[in-house]
Amino acid sequence: MASIHNAVLDLKKLDLLANGNSTIHRLDARAKVLVTLVFTLCVVSYNRYELTALFPFFIFPIVIISLAGLPPLFILKKIALLCPFVLAVGIFNPVFDRTILLQLGPLGISGGWISFASILARSALTVGAAFILVGVTGFTAVCQALERLGMPQVFAVQLLFLYRYIFVLTEESGRASRARELRSCGKKGLEMSSFASMTGHLLLRTWQRAERIHMAMLARGFTGEFHASRTSCFGAPEIRFILIWTALFIFLRFQNVSLLLGSCITRLIQ
Amino acid sequence: MSHHIVEVRNLRHVYSDGTVAIKDVSFIITHGESVGIIGANGAGKSTLLQHLNGSLEPTGGSIHIGHTPLSKGTLPDIRRTVGMVFQDPDDQLFMPTVFDDVAFGPLNLGFTPSDVEQRVTEVLELVGAGHLRDKPPYHLSGGEKRRVAIATVLSMSPDILVMDEPTNGIDPFARRQLIKLMKDFKHTRIVTSHDLDMVLELCGRVIVLHEGEVWADGTPLEIFGNSELLAQCRLEKPLSMQDCPICGAKRIPA
Repeated sequence: MASIHNAVLDLKKLDLLANGNSTIHRLDARAKVLVTLVFTLCVVSYNRYELTALFPFFIFPIVIISLAGLPPLFILKKIALLCPFVLAVGIFNPVFDRTILLQLGPLGISGGWISFASILARSALTVGAAFILVGVTGFTAVCQALERLGMPQVFAVQLLFLYRYIFVLTEESGRASRARELRSCGKKGLEMSSFASMTGHLLLRTWQRAERIHMAMLARGFTGEFHASRTSCFGAPEIRFILIWTALFIFLRFQNVSLLLGSCITRLIQ
Repeated sequence: MSHHIVEVRNLRHVYSDGTVAIKDVSFIITHGESVGIIGANGAGKSTLLQHLNGSLEPTGGSIHIGHTPLSKGTLPDIRRTVGMVFQDPDDQLFMPTVFDDVAFGPLNLGFTPSDVEQRVTEVLELVGAGHLRDKPPYHLSGGEKRRVAIATVLSMSPDILVMDEPTNGIDPFARRQLIKLMKDFKHTRIVTSHDLDMVLELCGRVIVLHEGEVWADGTPLEIFGNSELLAQCRLEKPLSMQDCPICGAKRIPA
């Protein structure tokens, strides 16, 4: 259970990072959400064999991390946490797709390996961008920005509740699991069955808690509407931020800068 | 005619699984009274409290708040009049920051943003949590959560304050702070607790519940002086009324 505990601590750390006061932190959340959205769209819109054109996009996370003063190692570790899932998605590509696309001397590289590498690069970029967005904005502000950009309030509220109760739920499941561990005396015999009933209990307890929270909301005059009490301004710095980054992403999307750079260098050498 | 009267008449509550939580409970609490409701686990305390702001519907009997019967139509008004502090502050603090949480009630009541701002600041200062306003609730300690939970209710200016085990799970210092805070309230107060010393200190009247019925209703000194009653209801004298546990010296009567 230590891992869950650490994951929660990491979430809290990400939350605390958002309290920073850099130029990036001070921007309106909507600007950051929009830029991250355009970035993600550009990155995922390539065809599956594209690899070289993706590399220039790493400039976005690098610039934002350095401007906002986020700890790069921490973000890298967060991205690495997702690696197993990405590997599971892409690992069969080299097996099924054996057409040779690239000849490096005697070594033929199949399309499968290239698409696999492309999946890795894309997930690192998009997941990294999402972490950075939360790290410079805070989850709450991201939700509020999404709502103000037109996401239905129900979803925004669901997301906020999810985030709020992740901490309560993980603490509860951590305690339940520790209690089980302590009484299983190092044996693994009843692992599966006890795990199943524990999950069931957790679900029921979550249910009861949801009911109590709803009661607490009703007791304070909740009628189905959430009132935001925050004001923020969308000014020149936000517009500049959006214009510059969006222009760059669109340029990178339609011009393979790696290729251009490569051909320039070859021409120079010749 | 006062708006702060709580009248419970022949209240009965049976849960859907057939458990009779409250058999027959009647009492009247008048304006400005501070009442402690005590009883063993499962005596029906929490069920009773949940009736006072309409979170549960009675199986039988009725509840009047300030001479208004509690019904679907009067519920919004009654929920503004009766402020309820829940047993677990994690159930009560659901918004992203302390400020948002305290502002939740006033915003639902339709206050203007500047009024809300002022109200939240006042209430947070009152409970000594002004420095916490921008923190998310999950970063707070148990005692801080408790004080903020009280602030979320006070911000709606209720006339009657209902608290379910307010001193549960907090350290002695935080408990002392909380008792001092509650002493200053001018509201009608209804508190359930197993912390009998707090009840003794805070309440002018004690109602003893046992198996869903009122077994006694009187001043703290009467109730806590009746050892037979306390034993029947699975209770004990408050520590401050017991003889010295170390040297056995008799307590000096107040």
